Amino acid sequence: MAIIELDNVSKVFPRAHRGAAPVSAVEDVTLHVEEGQIAGVIGYSGAGKSTLVRLVNGLEKTTSGTVTVAGTTITGLPERRLRQVRLGIGMIFQQFNLLSSRTVWGNIAYPLQIAKVPKAKHRERISELLHFVGLADKAHSYPDQLSGGQKQRVGIARALATSPKVLLADEATSALDPETTRDVLRLLKKVNAELGVTTVVITHEMEVVRTIADRVVVMERGRVVEDGSAFDVFAHPQHATTKRFVGTLVADVPTGAALESLRANHTGRLVTLSFRDDSLPQSEAFAELIAGGIGFELVHGGMEDVQGRSFGNLTLALRGRDSAIDLALIRLRAKVPTTEVG
Amino acid sequence: MDRLVELQPLFWQSTLETLYIVGITLAFGGVGGLVIGVALYVTRRGGILANAPVSVGLNLLVNFFRPIPFVIFIGAVQPLARLVVGIGIGNKAIIFALSLAAAFGISRIVEQNLVGVDPGVVEAARAMGAGRPRIIFGVLIPEALGPLVLGYTFVFVALVDMSAIAGVIGGGGLGNFALVYGYRQFNPAVTWGAVVAIVVIVQVAQFAGNLLARKVLRR
Ligand SMILES: Nc1ncnc2c1ncn2[C@@H]1O[C@H](COP(=O)(O)OP(=O)(O)OP(=O)(O)O)[C@@H](O)[C@H]1O
Ligand SMILES: [Mg+2]
Repeated sequence: MAIIELDNVSKVFPRAHRGAAPVSAVEDVTLHVEEGQIAGVIGYSGAGKSTLVRLVNGLEKTTSGTVTVAGTTITGLPERRLRQVRLGIGMIFQQFNLLSSRTVWGNIAYPLQIAKVPKAKHRERISELLHFVGLADKAHSYPDQLSGGQKQRVGIARALATSPKVLLADEATSALDPETTRDVLRLLKKVNAELGVTTVVITHEMEVVRTIADRVVVMERGRVVEDGSAFDVFAHPQHATTKRFVGTLVADVPTGAALESLRANHTGRLVTLSFRDDSLPQSEAFAELIAGGIGFELVHGGMEDVQGRSFGNLTLALRGRDSAIDLALIRLRAKVPTTEVG
Repeated sequence: MDRLVELQPLFWQSTLETLYIVGITLAFGGVGGLVIGVALYVTRRGGILANAPVSVGLNLLVNFFRPIPFVIFIGAVQPLARLVVGIGIGNKAIIFALSLAAAFGISRIVEQNLVGVDPGVVEAARAMGAGRPRIIFGVLIPEALGPLVLGYTFVFVALVDMSAIAGVIGGGGLGNFALVYGYRQFNPAVTWGAVVAIVVIVQVAQFAGNLLARKVLRR
């Protein structure tokens, strides 16, 4: 069952001043996120990603279309009811947005106060959350005494305090170094796996999507231009923007300058083998070449792992008799997508 | 100097009067200024209670009253003082005028300090389902508390200065004491006695304010 349902949702911001045009931040987006899923929304700056998630918890009102979360239609809901709904939707932010005047403990207590959880129950809930995010020893620290990664852990604990079913993460790791990013993503994965929290992760980094998303949604100029399982999107990107994002992680069939440079530096015929998990294993492909008496060298590309399935584009420089190479290529093509690039 | 010793009871009484006038004013003007300041902040464009007409109206009101020199302001609001506190002269009237002037001044200090609060924190509170009163009293004011304490300390010092003019409408305090018994009676020792008292009050207030702000800010 879809827990987040956006149907034909658009958001137009009125023009900021005379002479400016209204901004169409989200345009006719239909997106259903299944319960328990981790959906990664990726796009360049200004694509409308933040606006999209803010529509989910009603921080922005839709211009048209409907938003439904856990069966409650948010669109048109009065502010008072909306606040009730927000207790069931956690949110974390790029800049953490912790209350600097409160300790870690006080920050996590804040949503409990909003939810009118009796004070007597705070202690148990807060220490449970602190243990979950691994910050039990920092309960009485203030945010300015914490590292970025620790602050985001507090942000996550705070977002989970009222046991929401949905967690929205808007560039939650963009202010963190790669190591800390991995730690925080691991924690988000744990939140999803152990608590079953449906998570929407917004990012402009493909690495983030690869690490945790089950599902990838690509946005461009307010529209969803590609939407599919993480593996499919990585292995078979369709839209040009998706290809560019995937290209940041996965070497593609070389073209242009990359190809020129390969040609300049390697002798032999350049061939790209596009391995997918349903294609021939690498070992068999290489055995085929060896059997044909063909010398080969890996000159470009590599294998990637997405959701436990591996794929990649390997470009080889082949040396041998042309007829032998031609024969080997025919045999390979039957089992693995093969492109002769030059 | 002998004269100052002779006037000692009056001197202490005037000191207490100044503290009384300034203290009560800070309470009334402080609350009034907080209310107007918060209203100025939340009704701004993009604010949690964004309301252009109210915002423009409040700004006009504040900008209208703020530039009036206090010595003129006292006279200008005298009819209003009669209406509200029942009398147009004396300490009650001066506290009224001073509170009103302070409220407008403080409102700008409050607004400025609230503008300095990270909007992301307000956004986070909204996302957690906080209502407006909870955002104002649970987020905005606590987050701005350090600078607010310093702002109110600044106002306290300014009020000590402004209250010295109370004599104009028959109010008391150190200003009046210095004027009547020092200046007009050609007795610099008495004038300087009042000056020293005022300097001590200001120093103590500033020290206390700094201390409190440091405690709130933890630095
Ligand atoms: N409150 C607003 N008022 C007017 N325009 C807005 C507002 N919020 C966003 N926009 C505009 O909507 C468009 C989408 O913005 P949004 O913040 O959703 O993009 P984003 O994909 O999150 O970008 P980034 O990666 O930079 O965070 C932008 O053109 C932006 O200028
Ligand atoms: Mg954004």
